[in-house]
Amino acid sequence: MAKFKGAIVVDTEKCKGCGLCVVACPTKVIELARDVNGKGYHYAHMANADACIGCSSCGLVCPDTVITVYRVKAS
Amino acid sequence: MTATTEINKIISKENLVYNKTSVLLDNEMHYCPGCTHGVIHKVIAEVIDEMGIQDKTIGVSPVGCSVLAYNYIDIDWQQAAHGRAPALATATSRLMPEKYVFTYQGDGDLASIGCAEIIHACNRGENIVVFFVNNAIYGMTGGQMAPTTLEGQVTATTPYGRDCKVTGFPMKITEMIAMLPGTRFVTRQSAETPGAVRKLKKAAQKAFENTRENKGLSFIEIVGTCSSGWKLSPVKSNEWMKENMFPYYPLGTLKDE
Amino acid sequence: MGDVRLMKGNEVIAEAAIRCGCDGYFGYPITPQSEIMETLMIRRPQEETGMVVLQAESEVAAINMVYGGASCGKKVMTSSSSPGISLKAEGITYLAGAELPALIVNIVRGGPGLGTIQPAQSDYFQAVKGGGHGDYKLIVLAPASVQEMNDFVDLSFKLAFKYLNPAMILSDGVIGQMMEKVELSDFKPRWTAEEIKEISGSWATVGKPADRERNISTSLDLDSAKQEIFNHKLQAKYRAMEENEVRFEKIACDDAEYLFVAYGSSARICQKAVEQAREKGIKVGLLRPITLFPYPTKAIQEMLKDVKGILSVEMSAGQMVEDVRLAVNGKVPVEHFGRYGGIIPTPEEVVEALEQKILGK
Ligand SMILES: Cc1ncc(C[n+]2csc(CCOP(=O)(O)OP(=O)(O)O)c2C)c(N)n1
Ligand code: SF4
Ligand code: SF4
Ligand code: SF4
Ligand SMILES: [Mg+2]
Repeated sequence: MAKFKGAIVVDTEKCKGCGLCVVACPTKVIELARDVNGKGYHYAHMANADACIGCSSCGLVCPDTVITVYRVKAS
Repeated sequence: MTATTEINKIISKENLVYNKTSVLLDNEMHYCPGCTHGVIHKVIAEVIDEMGIQDKTIGVSPVGCSVLAYNYIDIDWQQAAHGRAPALATATSRLMPEKYVFTYQGDGDLASIGCAEIIHACNRGENIVVFFVNNAIYGMTGGQMAPTTLEGQVTATTPYGRDCKVTGFPMKITEMIAMLPGTRFVTRQSAETPGAVRKLKKAAQKAFENTRENKGLSFIEIVGTCSSGWKLSPVKSNEWMKENMFPYYPLGTLKDE
Repeated sequence: MGDVRLMKGNEVIAEAAIRCGCDGYFGYPITPQSEIMETLMIRRPQEETGMVVLQAESEVAAINMVYGGASCGKKVMTSSSSPGISLKAEGITYLAGAELPALIVNIVRGGPGLGTIQPAQSDYFQAVKGGGHGDYKLIVLAPASVQEMNDFVDLSFKLAFKYLNPAMILSDGVIGQMMEKVELSDFKPRWTAEEIKEISGSWATVGKPADRERNISTSLDLDSAKQEIFNHKLQAKYRAMEENEVRFEKIACDDAEYLFVAYGSSARICQKAVEQAREKGIKVGLLRPITLFPYPTKAIQEMLKDVKGILSVEMSAGQMVEDVRLAVNGKVPVEHFGRYGGIIPTPEEVVEALEQKILGK
């Protein structure tokens, strides 16, 4: 099975900091930021970017659909 | 190569694997953080997009937190009075049989005030899809008891926990609906994990395909959370749901004909 | 001459609906109007024009089916009698709030409560002043003959679509059950999808093509400032109806010194009462409001230079009389005469009431 490397982009201003993506990520890539966004939410971000495998789990469960997922075959 | 430059290389159009469908509008959702309504909206929008039926789909929104669903999914919408969505959908589908018509209803809307309308639309086998969002509470009005509220569950109107001797029992309306010969596809899903979301999406797709084939009524219950009403964090809400809701409202397909 | 027949008022409503290109009827049985749906079921318009006819599980469902159908730009209607109209009140105010065209027929029976199945006019307030919540108005047409039962179906749809507002035919069991000669309207085809797009494309929820914004049927706006602006718009629409759509009939009014004001079946009785009173030498005329909203306020005011007193005759405890008094504004005496609970007054009683209450005999 080919291994993948991934990356996500969170629309941090629209993120509501619910943390569901954090739980859904199998490789513990995402954390909620200490900073808050304009609405006062601790937004999600890639704290452990190297571990992302681009599986889209975070995107699927995000209620506000603010995560975009990219993936490449690992070299 | 630094980590950032590597990430920047991955983040490019040709590597895109998941993003927001254009059928979902850019309007920021008014839902509380973690609310299941958002996930369900996304799933519906994705299915409409993938099936290429945006110009043929009419949604009927309820009274409840999802009253403003029409601000999020880019299709024509009708906004129904509390509980009456199935009546609107009935006429819409009968007058325009070639369209895809769905209702989107909460548990208060569908199982309480709109109990008659949903039962009869199901019994007539209207060629529509029903999305029934069971969060065991009245979210919009501030967390009062719904017919689906669990025994012992604390809500604004059952502050000492739901006492079934006084208030009746948590209502398994999906089981009731599955008994009606008018319904073709009756299923209970959830949306808390990636796997659950994928399954929900498959169910939604099947439901709209049933409409296309004029098969009659498809009913999808989604057991969801209401962190504001339950007074738990979104993550804790999912845990509470799995522990308490799933045993009483078991997931799975009750009927598929 | 067109198609002339002897028919019951209720049957004519059904026939007129089919002939005017109505797309859908949604109803629930209640006396004294069940013949409307029964006639439609016998006629099977599904096979003739494609019109959908459905017996709903309740009046609540029926009016909400109307809301759904109207949202699609279709010509849809429902009919009921008083207790059923009370149930429809929610749907009616939603229709008004979402600016949707539709026809609601009320074949009134005596109330309150379950009341009686006999004819009455005690739903005037409900029809004209609201019934449901919020500042809304229905266009209300009051037929006084089986012929008008025919004519007002098409007229109601015309007005409903002109103003994007629900319209009501307010009648009662007298006219609903009465057999009379009627010239039926010619058949008009139902609107095609293209015609609906042309007529109602800016709002009808028929599926959103790529080249327009989504259409939404809704009466919700949580922003008070916008809700007030919307209410101004509604009020302007109602004022336009008052300018353009008032309909009434005057009988023996040219030399009248006294006036009956009566609508629907009461107007028929008053017409006899006019003859009887004139035989006694009392110069009385009849002003028959045909539209109850918009009300013929000006027509009544114009009579005030000649008439010395007005008797409002209704099969109610006195509802329309309030609108007569508003129009008259104290300039001449206005009294009410009515029988109610399903009792129909005789012309003799009406003349006697005129003599006692207005002439002071
Ligand atoms: C006729 C009527 N009664 C009551 C209400 C108030 N109300 C608004 S939403 C709601 C409950 C909604 O609960 P549910 O259907 O479970 O939706 P949720 O908000 O939980 O998604 C109620 C009672 C109303 N708008 N209309
Ligand atoms: S799931 Fe979405 S909204 Fe919630 S924290 Fe993650 S990115 Fe933000
Ligand atoms: S794509 Fe998969 S691995 Fe990457 S952050 Fe999202 S859930 Fe984690
Ligand atoms: S109150 Fe509950 S159902 Fe409503 S938006 Fe908030 S979490 Fe969702
Ligand atoms: Mg709920």
